[in-house]
Amino acid sequence: MVARYCTGAMKKIAVILLVVVMVAAAFICGCTTPEGGDATPTPTETTAAPAETTAAPEGTGTAPEGTQTLLIATTTSLQDTGLLDYLRPIFEEQYDADVKITAKGTGQSLELGRAGDVDVMMVHDRAREDEFIDEGYGANRRVFAYNYFTIVGPESDPAGIANMTPEEAFTTIHDKGLAEPGNVVFVSRGDDSGTHGKEKAIWEAAGLNYTADIQGSGEWYVEAGTGMGSTLVMTGEKEAYTLSDIGTYLAYKTETGLVPLVEEGEILLNIYSVMEIDPKKYPDVNSTLAKEWINFLISPEIQEEIGNFGVEEYGQPLFYPAQGNWEMLGVERAETEEPVT
Amino acid sequence: MTGLFEGLDPIGEGLFQAIELILTLDPAVMEITVRSLIITFSAVLLGSLISLPIGAAIAFKEFPGRKSVINLVQTLYAVPTVVVGLVVFLFIRRTGPFGTLGLLFTPGGMVIGQTILVLPIIIGLTISALIAVDTTIRDTIISLGATKVQFFFSVLKEARFAIVAAVAMAFGRAISEVGAAIIIGGNIQASSFWSSTRILTTAITLETGRGDISLSIALGIILLSIALVVNIIMNFVQQR
Repeated sequence: MVARYCTGAMKKIAVILLVVVMVAAAFICGCTTPEGGDATPTPTETTAAPAETTAAPEGTGTAPEGTQTLLIATTTSLQDTGLLDYLRPIFEEQYDADVKITAKGTGQSLELGRAGDVDVMMVHDRAREDEFIDEGYGANRRVFAYNYFTIVGPESDPAGIANMTPEEAFTTIHDKGLAEPGNVVFVSRGDDSGTHGKEKAIWEAAGLNYTADIQGSGEWYVEAGTGMGSTLVMTGEKEAYTLSDIGTYLAYKTETGLVPLVEEGEILLNIYSVMEIDPKKYPDVNSTLAKEWINFLISPEIQEEIGNFGVEEYGQPLFYPAQGNWEMLGVERAETEEPVT
Repeated sequence: MTGLFEGLDPIGEGLFQAIELILTLDPAVMEITVRSLIITFSAVLLGSLISLPIGAAIAFKEFPGRKSVINLVQTLYAVPTVVVGLVVFLFIRRTGPFGTLGLLFTPGGMVIGQTILVLPIIIGLTISALIAVDTTIRDTIISLGATKVQFFFSVLKEARFAIVAAVAMAFGRAISEVGAAIIIGGNIQASSFWSSTRILTTAITLETGRGDISLSIALGIILLSIALVVNIIMNFVQQR
């Protein structure tokens, strides 16, 4: 009924819009450079941009002349755990830089990178990173940290998945979710983030087809479409299961009352990389400072800081330094320790 | 994906795909739109039922502190939607006072949030509308020997256009807010219509993040069209 109601009005509106769009599209096409770098603010501007007031070193208020700006798009977990807010002032002081960080899911970070809106990307989805580099958008990738994903759920554990392998646990949640709707529920990030990508990989590894068997297959599978923190809150409220990176889980542990049920399994490895947006693609990016940021993260002293971060507060590290663990991570040694030039 | 507009700027391409999604009544777009409309209609209806008597009472009754109440109501026009979301969230979450009702992350919870959001707007504008009814008209009604109830309905009839405009304004505010919807609803996509809480504004937020620009633009166009229709209604009644 609503549909029928819409068509007439919609058609009229669409026709009007179509004309507007034609004009707009022609206008836009006429304006863009073949490079596609249309009117994005260049991060290299050395004008005295007011520094972010949060955690600005020594409360300078505004960046002095000569200070360069570095724009970083990062996966939410690095921001939600507080790691980047901890590392940022150290770098800003050392390099006289103004670092601006926007925390999005891996999917959105990649989009920002594709558009040349940022200088550096920090993400955790190897397959999509490889694609990004192959397409010529990313360069100089380095692996700087890793931790583990964990399957968390209510203490009561209605599906009884404690200490199973990740694949077994997912299969069990799927089967019991279908058999006992309302009792066993899985909350997915559902936002194309790195964590969502890992979740899909585990369903596939468990022999289930994500689009056919999982998505929309019943009340048991809920797509949150929000960040990790909000998804954990929702999971706690619904007394459901979800897949989380260990860092964000620990940061939200008391609020949600969830417990880690499955923590072991090769597939749960979570590898964080940093790369710059290729200046060959977007000449406007601040490549010099981007390289310095990458080298800063893989320097031995910062690697040590990463390994110690959060130990005091949570009684365990949230991230492990990648250096010296390249074999276990299955990456090239150079990718964890060789400075980029 | 039509190959027809390949090579166009991504914005142009997104717009064309968006229009295609709307014209072909794409099921995902329709579902989100219908859910948005149902939730907001319910909230505005509920809000009107609560607000109209309250607004009338404040307009016609003299009581101490009346001016302050009117000021407070008008201040609340601009109540931040995220604050409404946060307050409702704290009340209906599992550990909150109304936790047993299980309203968090449901369309019902979102209706509550939007209702609270529109209360001050409808109350405040109703007061203005009723006070604006000319005193001579009021005196005439009373001198004709109207009972209290008759008086009330006659004045209401005089002010009806202004009140419709108030309700339309409230509708516009509720359909376009995102803060409360994200906190209370949680932007859920589930297998059934009523267990999902994804609406126009929250879907735009998510799809832009995902990089599904054409779907975002389609939803944005629909949202703008709804706002346009509401505006036309308001102008229409105000010219009466």
